[in-house]
Order: sequence, then structure tokens, then C-alpha cells
Amino acid sequence: MKAIVAVKRVVDYNVKVRVKADKTGVELANVKMAINPFCEIAVEEAVRLKEKGIVTEIVVVSIGPKEAQEQIRTAMALGADRGILVETGAEVQPLAVAKLLKAICDQEQPQLVILGKQAIDDDNNQTGQMLAALAGYAQGTFASVVKVEGGKASVTREIDGGFQTVELNLPAVVTTDLRLNEPRYAALPNIMKAKKKPLDVKTPADFGVDVTPRVKTLKVEPPAERSAGIKVKTVEELVAKLKNEAKVI
Amino acid sequence: MAVLVYAEHDNSSIKGATLNTVAAAQAIGGDIHVLVAGSNCQAAAAAAAQIAGVSKVLVADNAAYTNQLAENVSLLVADLGKAYSHILAPATTNGKNFAPRVAALLDVAQISEITKVISADTFERPIYAGNAIATVQALDAIKVLTVRATGFDAVAATGGSAAVEAVATVTDAGTSKFVAEELAKSDRPELTAAKIVVSGGRGMGNGDNFKILYSLADKLGAAVGASRAAVDAGFVPNDMQVGQTGKIVAPQLYVAVGISGAIQHLAGMKDSKVIVAINKDPEAPIFQVADYGLVGDLFDLVPQLEKLV
Ligand SMILES: Cc1cc2nc3c(=O)[nH]c(=O)nc-3n(C[C@H](O)[C@H](O)[C@H](O)COP(=O)(O)OP(=O)(O)OC[C@H]3O[C@@H](n4cnc5c(N)ncnc54)[C@H](O)[C@@H]3O)c2cc1C
Repeated sequence: MKAIVAVKRVVDYNVKVRVKADKTGVELANVKMAINPFCEIAVEEAVRLKEKGIVTEIVVVSIGPKEAQEQIRTAMALGADRGILVETGAEVQPLAVAKLLKAICDQEQPQLVILGKQAIDDDNNQTGQMLAALAGYAQGTFASVVKVEGGKASVTREIDGGFQTVELNLPAVVTTDLRLNEPRYAALPNIMKAKKKPLDVKTPADFGVDVTPRVKTLKVEPPAERSAGIKVKTVEELVAKLKNEAKVI
Repeated sequence: MAVLVYAEHDNSSIKGATLNTVAAAQAIGGDIHVLVAGSNCQAAAAAAAQIAGVSKVLVADNAAYTNQLAENVSLLVADLGKAYSHILAPATTNGKNFAPRVAALLDVAQISEITKVISADTFERPIYAGNAIATVQALDAIKVLTVRATGFDAVAATGGSAAVEAVATVTDAGTSKFVAEELAKSDRPELTAAKIVVSGGRGMGNGDNFKILYSLADKLGAAVGASRAAVDAGFVPNDMQVGQTGKIVAPQLYVAVGISGAIQHLAGMKDSKVIVAINKDPEAPIFQVADYGLVGDLFDLVPQLEKLV
């Protein structure tokens, strides 16, 4: 079966971002960019399903600027077979991303679409669910175990109180949680090979999707700073402070 | 203008996060209706009718909603939601699971984890692991929102007397099936609602060592949380993870033990009123947000602390 994996180019997770002085957003110039950690887990899961002989082809899709080709190449170095970049310099919000992915699903007819549960920049946690709704697919979000057998997917999900397992008809959407797997590193020969794998470049207009934002960002500000704390020398001093000064115990 | 609030419940009682979500609905203004979708959920519906400020409770009591499968619930909420200006759900794993589906079915945007209502169409929400706060305006006619509980003070669970109305339509997508659930059992307070949280990280060394945190927590009436490193290492179950991708807490007191204070962990606890850090590394980033820091070995300090509180 064919699997589609969606990957997003985001600020590297180790970078502590700074808000721009004009409050229009965060500073992205000269900041290290990378594949969103949850998307990396999605790629790894597709590759493992391919290694098990369940998935036969992995198509990796990204929507974003020209530079997102780097993240598609990374995914191909990890084992994806070909790539599609829907190139746009504009801001594309989850609903528009979901519509573009739906159009690609209509063309490619995958049995499984794997996405990360959230992107670490916008922290939305929406795209997979929206795609599933638009395509009429079942969804297994926040997945920590995925099994595909007998024309169904069994997905164990991380929920507030513990775990839940659901059985989904295929085609289905799966969104990955942190504990689904541990992504591998790309080996140098595979990075070289990935350069030769096919990568189609399209635009939102090719799919007839209007990506005009439905949510307008009015301003972006730094969070309230916490006032500097103190180091106490002893446990006695700590307990005294908590009782008399902070009055929290 | 009327606001539909999706109730988080276990069929017999209403979960706390619902009360914070009703508070967000009040900040928006208009009539507040609460939807209870479940099976044999009449007790939960009766409890919802008592929530202060709620004028109507809609009850969809059907086997199709037994396990709140997103495929079925989203069809129901999208169908009912057409009559409302706002649809709100708590930003729990359940709310995050179905709310984006509702928005997509209605062809509108969804705004995740709002922490403040500025006006009926303008909201604040954290982005980049809480390192920036965005003020956003929803341009669509229907606003679908998930609400971060720690951003709003809960309304009273009693004092209201809403009318209760049954919903006749049944929406069963037939594409997914519940198989099993494995819920972690704990007698301690719920992490997201606790007044005091004691959390352990990789520095705890192993799961057995968490015993010293549990006994400190029991003495303080606290919930116990953890960092991702502690969960990944198998010290504790995943639902104890605090952070960007785990639970968001804002207790009166947060005690971080053997936790370095990575960006992703701070995202889940830095709105706590008072933060205490116990760490043997004086340079650990957690000390930059801690009100009171104690440098030293947690295996000495935690038992001492337990004796003194
Ligand atoms: C996409 C993504 C999402 C993530 N989401 C989360 C999340 O939601 N929550 C989260 O917590 N993390 C999250 N992380 C992981 C995060 O980046 C850190 O790796 C993690 O928080 C580190 O956990 P820790 O502080 O327990 O471990 P470490 O960073 O290893 O710190 C252990 C600390 O214990 C101290 N210590 C050791 N022994 C002792 C002792 N005997 N006495 C006193 N102190 C001691 C050390 O000095 C050190 O500071 C995420 C990462 C990614 C990439």
C-alpha cells in the first residue's frame, strides 16, 4: 500500500526564539531550521512499515517555501521514495494545508497518511484531524503504537488518563506522538541517493486551493517575564520561605 | 449570539476542565449551551445543568458516543454547531482530537488553546512552546476554539438550573471502533487541577526512586508529574508528562526535582505561581525560572523536605 507522510520545515527545537521588536512575529532570519520533530517520527514510522513489507511506496509532502525541499530531501534520505513540494511563500494555515493534502490524497490514493501530532512553531495540533475530516477518513491521533493488518489499522493513542486503542478502516490518518518510535539518522550514502529521488514542485493553484488565512495575527509578544528568584542554602530556609513568604504550603 | 460548550465527562460526572471552558464562554458573552455526548450519560447531563451560567444542556445519549470517537462526535458537533457563533471545547486530548474535525466539516478555522478572550473574535494563545504569545482574530463566521484550562478560573459547578433537552439525531461514521483503554490509576489529585505539583526528571535515576516524590506529594496533598526524559526512560507513565507536548499545569506551587528545565518542559509549568527547583547542577536552566532554588543532591534534599513540611 502507498503511504503519504507530511513534513513541515520549522525552527530547530533547541532554538529559543525571540519576538521581533515590531511585534509582527518571531525572528526567523538566520535561525537554524529543521524538520519538525513529530514529522521525523512520522517518516520513521512509514519507513518501518515499508521494512515490514506493509507499505510499498512512501510519498513525502511538504507545503511551504522553496527551502522546504531540504526537509523533503532529509525524509528521502531516511527512506521516503519520492517527494512533492507545494511551494508558496505565503502563510498557510492548518485548514489550507489539510485541503492541499486532501487534493494530493485524491490523486495518489494512499491507504495511510502519517503526520506529526503538532508542529512545534504554531503548536496547533489540527492538520491531521482536519485532513481526516475533509477526506472522510478515520483518524488515530497521538499514536504510540501503529499496527496495520487485515485491511485495518490498530492505533494505540496517548490520552490524558493513559492509553486507548482504536481500530480504523483504511484509508486512515495517523498522527504521531513522541513515543511512537525513535527516528534513525540519515547515513551519508543515503543522503547522496536522496538527491536523485524524484521531487515534484507544485503550487496551491495547481490544486485549486485558496490558501488565504482565516485567522489574522494581530500581534506577537514575549510572555510575561518571571521576576528573578533566589537560591536558598538549606531545606529549612526553603520551607520557611514557602510558609511565610510565598504562603503556598 | 450563543456559545456551544462541549462537556468533558465520564457519563456520570463532569470533568473540571469543562468549568474553565464555560468561563471562557462567559468572557465571550451570549447564551451558553453545554453539549453532553455519551452513553447512559443522564447523570453527567444533570450535573451539567447545575453549572453556573449555563442556560441549556443538550444531551446526545447514544451508543455511537460511548467512547467519544472523534469521527462520530465531530459530525454531531458540526451539525449542532451551525446554529452557534462559537463552539468551545476544553484543550484536553479529547478536545484536541475532535475539534479540528468539527472546524474542517464547517469549513472554518480552529484556534487552539486560547488563554485569554480579548473580544468575541479576538483571542490570545501561546506559540513556540510558550515563548511567544499571539493575539489572533478569527475571520470566519463560526469560531471553533479549544480552551487551555489554566488560562481561565473555573466557574462554580453548582448554582445553575439549565433546561435539559435531548438531541435526537445520531451521527455514526462507522469508520472506527474502540478496542481497549488502559487508564493509569492514582489516588492523588489530578495533575492539571492540583494546587501543588511535584515533578521528577531524569535525575530520579529510576522508577523505584520516584517513591520519595510520591511520599513528599502525599504529605503535601500534591499531584506528581514528570519530564519527558523520565517518561521515555520508563520511570513513570506517559500521562504524567508536563510540557509543550504533555500536560499544561499552573499550580500554586511546582517543585521540579532532577529536571534541567528544557524549553519544552518549561512550556508546561512556567505559569505556576511559585516554582521550586532542586538540582545538583547550579547552572541548570530551571534555576532561571525558579523562585526558590536549592542546589544539591535530590536524594538528600527530598527526604529532608518531606520531614519538614
Ligand atoms: C518535540 C519535542 C517535544 C518535547 N516535549 C516535552 C515535554 O512535553 N515535556 C518535557 O519535559 N520534555 C519535552 N521534551 C524533551 C526536552 O527537550 C528535554 O529533553 C527533557 O525535558 C529533559 O528532561 P529532564 O530535565 O528530566 O532531563 P535532563 O535534561 O537530563 O536533566 C536531568 C537533570 O537532573 C539533574 N540531576 C541528576 N541527578 C541529580 C541528583 N542526584 N540530584 C539533583 N539533581 C540531579 C541534572 O543536573 C539535570 O539538570 C520534548 C522534546 C522535543 C524534541
